[in-house]
Amino acid sequence: MTTVDLTIAFPEVVLALGAMALLMFGVFDKRNADGSLILYLSAALLAFLGVSEMAGHAGVKTAFNGLFVVDGFASFAKSVILLGASASLLLAREYLMRHKMMQYEYPVLILLATLGMLIMVSAGDLMTLYMGVELQSLALYVIAAFRRDSARSTEAGLKYFVLGAISSGLLLYGASLVYGYTGTTRLSGIAAVVYADGVSIGLTFGLVFLCAGLAFKISAAPFHMWTPDVYEGSPTPVTAFFATAPKAAAGALFARALFDGFGDAVETWRQILVFVSIASMFLGAVAAIGQTNIKRLLAYSSIGHMGFALVGLAAGSKEGAQALLIYLAIYVVMNVGVFAFVICMEKSGRPATRIADLAGLSSTHPNMAVCLAALFLSLAGIPPLVGFFGKYFVFVAAVEAGLIWLAVAGAVASVIGAFYYLRLVKVMYFDEATEELDISLPLTHRLALGGAALVMAFSWLPFINGFGIVEAAEAAAASLLG
Amino acid sequence: MSNILSFVTFWPLVGAIPLIFLMRGDGPDERLNAKRLALFVTTTTFLASIVIINGFDPADTGFQFVEERDWLGVLTYRMGVDGVSVLFVMLTTFLMPLVILASWNVEHRVREYMAAFLILETLMIGVFCALDIILFYLFFEGGLIPMFLIIGIWGGKERVRAAFFFFLYTLLGSVLMLVAMIAMYWDAGTTSIPALLHHQFSYETVDLLGWEIIGGAQTLMWLAFFASFAVKMPMWPVHTWLPKAHVEAPTAGSVVLAAILLKMGGYGFLRFSLPMFPVASEILSGFVFTLSVVAIIYTSLVALMQEDIKKLIAYSSVAHMGFVTMGIFAANQQGVDGAIFQMISHGFISGALFLCVGVIYDRMHTRQIADYGGLVNRMPVYALVFMLFTMGNVGLPGTSGFVGEFLTLAGVFQVNTWVAFFAATGVILSAAYALWLYRRVIFGELVKESLRAITDMNRREKAVFAPLIAGTLILGVYPSLILDLMGPSVTALVAGYETALAEAADRVVEIVVAQK
Repeated sequence: MTTVDLTIAFPEVVLALGAMALLMFGVFDKRNADGSLILYLSAALLAFLGVSEMAGHAGVKTAFNGLFVVDGFASFAKSVILLGASASLLLAREYLMRHKMMQYEYPVLILLATLGMLIMVSAGDLMTLYMGVELQSLALYVIAAFRRDSARSTEAGLKYFVLGAISSGLLLYGASLVYGYTGTTRLSGIAAVVYADGVSIGLTFGLVFLCAGLAFKISAAPFHMWTPDVYEGSPTPVTAFFATAPKAAAGALFARALFDGFGDAVETWRQILVFVSIASMFLGAVAAIGQTNIKRLLAYSSIGHMGFALVGLAAGSKEGAQALLIYLAIYVVMNVGVFAFVICMEKSGRPATRIADLAGLSSTHPNMAVCLAALFLSLAGIPPLVGFFGKYFVFVAAVEAGLIWLAVAGAVASVIGAFYYLRLVKVMYFDEATEELDISLPLTHRLALGGAALVMAFSWLPFINGFGIVEAAEAAAASLLG
Repeated sequence: MSNILSFVTFWPLVGAIPLIFLMRGDGPDERLNAKRLALFVTTTTFLASIVIINGFDPADTGFQFVEERDWLGVLTYRMGVDGVSVLFVMLTTFLMPLVILASWNVEHRVREYMAAFLILETLMIGVFCALDIILFYLFFEGGLIPMFLIIGIWGGKERVRAAFFFFLYTLLGSVLMLVAMIAMYWDAGTTSIPALLHHQFSYETVDLLGWEIIGGAQTLMWLAFFASFAVKMPMWPVHTWLPKAHVEAPTAGSVVLAAILLKMGGYGFLRFSLPMFPVASEILSGFVFTLSVVAIIYTSLVALMQEDIKKLIAYSSVAHMGFVTMGIFAANQQGVDGAIFQMISHGFISGALFLCVGVIYDRMHTRQIADYGGLVNRMPVYALVFMLFTMGNVGLPGTSGFVGEFLTLAGVFQVNTWVAFFAATGVILSAAYALWLYRRVIFGELVKESLRAITDMNRREKAVFAPLIAGTLILGVYPSLILDLMGPSVTALVAGYETALAEAADRVVEIVVAQK
C-alpha cells in the first residue's frame, strides 16, 4: 500500500530526496565552494520533473488515505511550477556569482520551496495544504533575506516573515473553524458536508479566513502590502523566483481548496473572490503608475495580474479554472523573460533598478528593447501578443458565469494598467539615453528573454496554436471539476 | 491558392523579421537596403493582392477565399473577403508601397521605421480579412502598437503626449467592444462572423438598474461597438485625439492614419453594427445622424480657423467621415454605396493631401499656413497636384470626392431630408476652407525670403503622386469600377437589414409609439 502511495507522490519524493542529497553534497564536498554545480543539478532535476509532469495524468489518484491527490489539474500546475522554478534558478547564477552570494544553500532552499508548492497543489486535506504552504513559506522567508549583509534584504525577509506568519495564522484559524463545523479536514469530506447541509454561518467564517490566508499567499489586494517591499528588498533573482513559481502554486492551491472543498458553495465564495479580484486589478493598475523602481512596479503588476487570474476563479466554472491555469502559465513565461533582463540591469557594478535607467535602450541595445517591449505589451494584454489571450479566456469565463460587469471592470482596469506598461515602452523607445546601462546578458538570459518574447509575439499564430496549452488546461480543469 | 488571404496578410510581417533581427548597422547602405526591402515587400504584397481581386466574383454575395483552421483549442482562425472588405484590402496594399516611397527621406532609425510600417500593414489587412470576431479584435487592437511607436519615435515635438493620447483613447473604446464580443459569443455560441450575421440578437426591452433599455441586448452591444468604432472613425465629440495624432505623426504615419486606420471604424459599422444589430441601428440612427451633422458643420468651421495645415486637413477628415457615418446609417443602397465609396476616395485624397503637406514640410520644416504663400511661382507642378486634391476634397464633379458625397446625400435624403439639408451645407463649408487654404499657401506673390530657394517636386515625389492622381480621376469619371464590385454585397446587406426590421416591425412600431 505504501509503495503505491509513494509512486503516486513520485515527483515529491524525488525532489525531497534530491534536496537532502544536494545539501549533504554541499556540506561535505568542499571542492564545490561556489555551488554552481549544485545549482545546475537542482535546475536539471526541476526541469526533468517538470517535463515528466507534462505527460499529464489520467483520472484521479489519491494517496496516504486521501491526504494527497494527483490529477490532471495537479500535473498541469506542477509542470508550470517546476519549469518556472528551474528557469528562475538558472537565471540566478550569474547575479549570485557577481555579488558573491553563490552558496549551495540557495538552490537547496529553492528545491524545498518548490517541494512545498507541489504539496500545495496536490493537497487533499487542509493539513497537507497547511504543511505545503508552510514548507514553501519558510524557505521563501530565508531566501528573501539571503543577502545577509544588506539591510534592505534582511528587512524584506523579516517583513515577509511577520506578515506571512499572520496570514498562516489566519489560514490555520480558518481551517480549524472549517473542521469545527464539518468534523473533517479532508477536502472531499468537507465537500460532502457542504453538499448535504449547505454552508452554515460558522463554515462561512472559516471559508472567509481560509480565503484571506490564501489571498495573502497569492498577494491579492487587500492582503498585498508585503509584495512591493519584499520585491524591492530581495535580491533580484529571488524576486524573479517570487514572481513565477509561488504565484502559480498559490493560484492553483486556491482553485484546489475552493473547488474540491466548497464546489457546491460557489455563490458563497464568489463574493469574496469578486471583491478581491476587483480590488487587486485596480490597485495593481493605479498604484503602479507612480512607481520609479522597476521591481516595485513589477510587484504592483503582479498584484494586478493575480486580480485577473482570480476573475477566472470567481467564475466558479470549468472554463474559469481553465482560464486560471492558462493565465498563470502565460504569466510565468512573461515574468521569466522580463526578469532575465532585470536581473542583469547594472550601472558601474551595482544593480540599477530605476525605470529611468532603461532610457534609450532601443538605440543602445535594440534587440533587447524589442524583446522587452513585446513582453511589457503582452503583460498589458494588448493583442496580438499572447498576454491578451490570458485576459480573453478569463473574461469569457466571467461572462459565461453571468458576471458581465466583472468583465467590464477588468477591461477598464486593463486600460489603466496599459498606461504604465506603455510608459516603460516609452522610456525605452522615445527617451534619449542619459547614462548608459552597462548590461551584458549571458547566454541563458538571452535565451530566456528572447524565447519568452518570441513565444509572446508569435505563439498565437494558427500553425503554432499556443503549443496546445489551451487543450492541456482544458483537460486539467476537467479533471478538477469532473 | 487557397491561402492567398493569409499570405497577403502575413507576408509584410515576414518581411519585418529581417529588418528587426537580422540586419545590422546604420550606415547609408544599410538604410538604403532597409528602404528597398520594405518597398519590395509592400510591392509584392500589392501584386499578390491583385490575385485576390482578379479571382473575386462580384456576383457572389457571400465570403470568398475562405480559410478555416482550428485555433488555440476553442477558437477558429477564419479569413475571407466579400465585396466590401476586398476593396479595403486593395486600398491598403495599394497605398503601402506609396507610403514607403514617400518615406525615402527618413534617416532616423530606418530599420525600425520600415519594420513598424510592415507590421502595421499586416495588422491592417488582417482587420479587413478576419471572419472571426476575436481574430478581428486581435488585428484591430494590434494596430495600435506600431502606430504608437511611429508617432512616438518619429513624430514632432509633442509626440509622446500624442502617442499616449492616441493609444489610450482608442484602447478604452475597444475594450468595451471586447466585452460586447464576449457577450455575443455567450449569446450565440460562436465567434464566427458569417454565423453571427445570421444570428438574431434579442431586442426585447430590458431593465438595467432602473433604466429601460429600448432594443435590449442589441442596443447595449451596439453601444459597446459604437464606443470603439466612433473613436476610431472618429466621430464628433470623440475626435479630439485625431488632430493631435495627425499633427505629431510623421508624414507617412498621417497618411496611413487618415487613409486606412480611420476606415476601420466605418468598416466595423458595416460589418457589425448594421447587419448584426439592425433594430438597435434603426433606433439609434437618429443619434448617429445628429452626431454626423454636427461633425460635418462644426469640424468644418473649426477647420476654417486652423493655422496649421495638417490640423486643417485632420479636421476636414472628421467632417468627411461624418458623411460616411450618415450614409451607413441611412441603410439604403445609395447611402451605403456612397459611404464605402467615400471611404475609398477619402483614402486617396486625404492620403495625398497629407503627402502634399509632407512635400513642403520636408523642404521648410514648418506646417504653419502663415509661413507659406506664392508657392505657385516656384513650384508649378506642386501647385497643380495640390489643386487637384483640394478639388477632390471639396467634392468637385470629375473627382472621386464628388461621387461619395453625392451618393451619401442622395441616400440620406430618402430617410431624412433635414439631415441631408444640413449635411449639404458641409459641402459648401469644405469648399470654403479648402480653397482658402489653397489661396493662402499657393497663390499670391512670393514675398517670404525663406521660400525663394524652394524647389519643385522631384521625380520620386511625382512617382508617389501619379497613382493617386490616376485613382482619384478614374474613380471620379468611372465610379462603376468599384461600385459594381461591392454592389451585390451591399444589396444583400441592405436587404438583410430590411428583412430583419420587417420581422421586428411590430415591436419597432410599438417602440416608436412609446417614444412619442
